[in-house]
Amino acid sequence: MEKEKGGFFAKLKNGLNKTRINLLDGLDSVFHGFSEIDDDFYEELEEVLVMADIGVQTTGEIIEEIKTLVKVEHIKRPEDCREYLINLLAERLDIGENQYLFEKERSIIFVIGVNGVGKTTSIGKLAYNFKADNRRVLIAAADTFRAAATEQLEAWANRVGVPMVGAKEGTDPASVIFDALQSAKAKDVDILLCDTAGRLHNKKNLMEELKKMNRIIDKEFPGIHRENLLVLDASTGQNALNQAKEFKDACNITGIILTKMDGTAKGGIAIAIWQELGIPVKYIGVGEGIEDLQKFDSKSFVKAIFDND
Amino acid sequence: MAFENLTDKLTKVFKNLRSKGRLTEEDVKVALKEVKLALLEADVNYKVVKNFIKSVEERAIGTEVLEGLNPGQAVVKIVNEELTKTLGDETVELKFEPGQAITVIMLCGLQGAGKTTTAAKLAGQFIKKGKKPLLVALDVYRPAAIKQLQVNGEKQGVDVFSMGDNVKPVEIAKQSIEFAKQNHHNVIIFDTAGRLHIDDALMQELVEIKKNVTVHKTILVVDAMIGQDSVNVAKDFNDRIGIDGLILSKMDGDTRGGAALSIKAVTGVPILYVGMGEKLSDLEQFYPDRMANRILGMGDVLTLIDKVMQETEEIDTDKEKDMMARLKKGKFDFNDYLESMNQMKKMGGLSSMLGLMPNMGISKDDLEGAIDEKQMKQMEAIVLSMTKKERSNPKLLNPQRKHRIAKGAGVDIAVVNRFVKQFEQTQKLMKQMPGLMGGKKKGRFGGFGGMGGPGGFKMPF
Repeated sequence: MEKEKGGFFAKLKNGLNKTRINLLDGLDSVFHGFSEIDDDFYEELEEVLVMADIGVQTTGEIIEEIKTLVKVEHIKRPEDCREYLINLLAERLDIGENQYLFEKERSIIFVIGVNGVGKTTSIGKLAYNFKADNRRVLIAAADTFRAAATEQLEAWANRVGVPMVGAKEGTDPASVIFDALQSAKAKDVDILLCDTAGRLHNKKNLMEELKKMNRIIDKEFPGIHRENLLVLDASTGQNALNQAKEFKDACNITGIILTKMDGTAKGGIAIAIWQELGIPVKYIGVGEGIEDLQKFDSKSFVKAIFDND
Repeated sequence: MAFENLTDKLTKVFKNLRSKGRLTEEDVKVALKEVKLALLEADVNYKVVKNFIKSVEERAIGTEVLEGLNPGQAVVKIVNEELTKTLGDETVELKFEPGQAITVIMLCGLQGAGKTTTAAKLAGQFIKKGKKPLLVALDVYRPAAIKQLQVNGEKQGVDVFSMGDNVKPVEIAKQSIEFAKQNHHNVIIFDTAGRLHIDDALMQELVEIKKNVTVHKTILVVDAMIGQDSVNVAKDFNDRIGIDGLILSKMDGDTRGGAALSIKAVTGVPILYVGMGEKLSDLEQFYPDRMANRILGMGDVLTLIDKVMQETEEIDTDKEKDMMARLKKGKFDFNDYLESMNQMKKMGGLSSMLGLMPNMGISKDDLEGAIDEKQMKQMEAIVLSMTKKERSNPKLLNPQRKHRIAKGAGVDIAVVNRFVKQFEQTQKLMKQMPGLMGGKKKGRFGGFGGMGGPGGFKMPF
């Protein structure tokens, strides 16, 4: 850790290193390997964007926009396209500044997603961040399906030093949520973090189960700030779009936690999801450490991707 | 589904093109452009797609277009064959060491791929094959990973060997072999921690394990939803550690699973199993042809083309003629209904058959609304709950009998009533329109049309 110089930004850049290298490798050969802007150039560009998991459709849209820009701005050299592309992508990912107000309010954060994306770990990291911010945090362990999920979360709760409400494997998760809500009232906590079992978005019953938990929260705490965060594994391909759509139908998703950004070479699916569904990425996981969950900031994100030194 | 079916797309592309004879370069190029998009949407790696398309193009140009297929379908047929070939021509079984010798299997992969769950599922499969497996907990990093394996092991009735999370995985692996020998286990499954393929230290740990313990099969567990990065992951794991097989997890989702193709193309290792659900029994053999269809988003269309061709020859023509004659007279009874249902089942069910008939002038959506396979099953249950007499003489059905039938089929009496009413209407309809039934040369599908459940008889064939 000592080797890294400047806290947040250096870390983010470090975490995004793989992304950066991959995109840059591709882009540099695109921007410098061609002497003029022609069909071959655009095809190469398409390859780089698709390889970053941005998806065929969004890639097509981006390329169309670049084509228009090239015409309107009379761009002649491929390397000049670079600046435009950076702007274009930064624009895509810009989510505005009022997305984190809930961290200062009383709020209930409901964390959902498919299996193995890192929900439990993300909750541990979120709890750590909020605790460090002097917020009173309570965790609800509503993954009562997977073996030892509660124990896993308990280990995190102990590490962070926050209380947790849990139950035996096989308990109705809605009842865990209910208990946690009562406990939140009694303890007067600021932020309640709810972990849920991983579920594939095409399982009707499991999505209904989510809706039920949602209803209970709304009933017990009407009017409180609700934050429904979908956790997505950054290495997921185009299926992430389906996931986002289905979970959005079941619960009103307010944001995305993009995990495992330190390993995958791509993070492009975030662009496609924002573009197609308008769901902003709010946090990204850039490492295994307890402090490695960061707020998503489109400018430094894109900058870290394209920053060369 | 979010994407248009590839077959539908190609049908549109070739709508006005009915070239007979051989596939021209133009035909192939147009079709392959759509195929390329379909593969990319399915998360097949871009570079793999490029190579794949090239090889298909070479093979396809000049190929004869079979009677009854349009050029698009002809190309899809070739694409499908090539896909299946790339994915592995046949199902590969995991090979054990001979006799009672211990087979050591190591599972590895990224975080959240599903290694621990898969380990327990595998153990269950091995028990069924008469083996005595031992699960070994080598994930000393993730909180409660050991506990998770222990709980799942207990559910499966399999011993779990662990030494807590303060011992190095290499040491645990070594000790587990001794334990297995003493306790007569003949298959050992190492459940290792999830790790990033670029994490040097953790990758080295796997190398060390293989250095110190004889590992017979190293299996990479991959989340079927993984995107373009699958190639890097598989390549790094293969280069550093060496993998012998692949298990795709979470295939019960709606992902097209293009990673299977990417990884196979890059590493050449066989795909052994696919995870099809959360229950510990939900691990299935891998079938390359099914996977090929899924990646292309075609359902089982091509398999069905073959099946229909086979069935056409097999079905007893006399019996059918007999049935058609009675159909025309409107003397269609419940026995005929059962018969046509059975024929349809032989061909793989209705919904998959619909994909077969893209040129019927009906969109697939219309049909999907009208027919529900669950309903078909219900209808079948109703017919099977009738006596033989009732089946051949629908007029016998009175309220009392209907009540009995409803009970037998486990449905509400209203369902039975509706079904019988529709049956009668269909009879009438058929009597009125004998031309509809006999008019077409391939009128054999006519028999199925009428009874697709509520609203089903609207189907125009």
